[in-house]
Amino acid sequence: MAKITYIAHDGTAFEVEAENGSTVMENAIKNAVPGIEAECGGACACATCHVYVDDAWTGKVGEAEAMEEDMLDFAYDIQPGSRLSCQIKVSDELDGLVVRVPERQA
Amino acid sequence: MLKKTEIVETDVVIIGAGPVGLFAVFELGLLDLKCHLIDILDRPGGQCAELYPEKPIYDIPAWPEISGQGLTDRLMEQIEPFGPEFHFNRMVSSVEKLEDGTFEVSTDENEKFRAKAIVIAAGGGSFQPKRPPVPGIEEYEGKSVFYSVRRMEEFRDQDILIVGGGDSALDWTLSLQPIAKSLTLLHRRDAFRGAPDSVNKMYKLVEEGKIDLKLGQVSGLNGADGMVESASVKTKEGDMINVACTRILPFFGLTMKLGPIADWGLNLHENLLPVDTEKFETSEPGIFAIGDINTYPGKLKLILSGFHEAALMAHAAKKHIAPDERIVFQYTTSSTSLQKKLGV
Repeated sequence: MAKITYIAHDGTAFEVEAENGSTVMENAIKNAVPGIEAECGGACACATCHVYVDDAWTGKVGEAEAMEEDMLDFAYDIQPGSRLSCQIKVSDELDGLVVRVPERQA
Repeated sequence: MLKKTEIVETDVVIIGAGPVGLFAVFELGLLDLKCHLIDILDRPGGQCAELYPEKPIYDIPAWPEISGQGLTDRLMEQIEPFGPEFHFNRMVSSVEKLEDGTFEVSTDENEKFRAKAIVIAAGGGSFQPKRPPVPGIEEYEGKSVFYSVRRMEEFRDQDILIVGGGDSALDWTLSLQPIAKSLTLLHRRDAFRGAPDSVNKMYKLVEEGKIDLKLGQVSGLNGADGMVESASVKTKEGDMINVACTRILPFFGLTMKLGPIADWGLNLHENLLPVDTEKFETSEPGIFAIGDINTYPGKLKLILSGFHEAALMAHAAKKHIAPDERIVFQYTTSSTSLQKKLGV
């Protein structure tokens, strides 16, 4: 289990208990975090679950793989911590993770 | 290729050639109904082929694991005996009911079809180019910002800005460079998704000074009356620069939009077509909706639900088309007449 905090674009924070092995996107959808659309359902085939990983966590979350980088080309306002949340798997190591939701999805 | 003036007559027009549209050919075919399918993509399979051809699907009965492309290929094989006719790369623009109760279907390529029933199996809608999230871009669209190249002459002697890093962006960079006044390719990173050969050719043009490659993202457009003059670009390093351009071609992939279906006079609920669960008929008798595009109490957006809907819809469509004909329910396992249709 890991606690994940999603910060919506308007600043509202959503704290969620996430199971290991699930994705950061799935937990956002399950808990109706606004601004995460996940149009393709987690196939890394759109770019509508884009989040900014908090600077303190980018190292632990790791780098996007090539396919995800390709999809990120379609996302809105890419920043250094940009990731697709469907490609981040929850683990004990990510307990306390903070991600911000962009102003809009692509 | 159809001649533009020719009207294609058929029993059923299926809008959408995704898995559910394809399987509808099978169910309608068993009832002797001939189908034409129209799809905006250039190949069958819908989302399965466009979004996740390589991704495994685990909930198709009797297929513990099958890829989107694999499922599409098997469906194509399964419906082959019924001789479906495909019309790719076009969008259905209108569906009109004629006085005799049949329907006239028109495409954006000005083709016309006449059908006794319509099946909308359009999934999440039609795949359309994604609009990049640039404020105010709408006012330039169709005048100086284009999402596809219909006529190359539009781009002759222009200062062209191409945005993106995939095959479309690279291919058009290579094709338009010879006729452009100047060409800038803008991508957010120095890695391209396109075919390696195109990538190499593009880098060669950069070396030769024939095109300009910039890394960054468009943040705004400057111009007047729909004619762009420059794009504000945030570079990879975080600086703001201006790129002068008179034409912009953004290639940001595809997204699904309901599109013209909303204008056909059918009842809609949250961009879906409400249907009954006996016939899967829309608010217009003779127009059916199956798969992800429809909604009803308990609806699950599953391929297998779409297959079920196709079977029931086919019987309802047959009754609509031939109300006096008695439908004998038969199994493919035992019916010699069905087996004859299947060519087995």
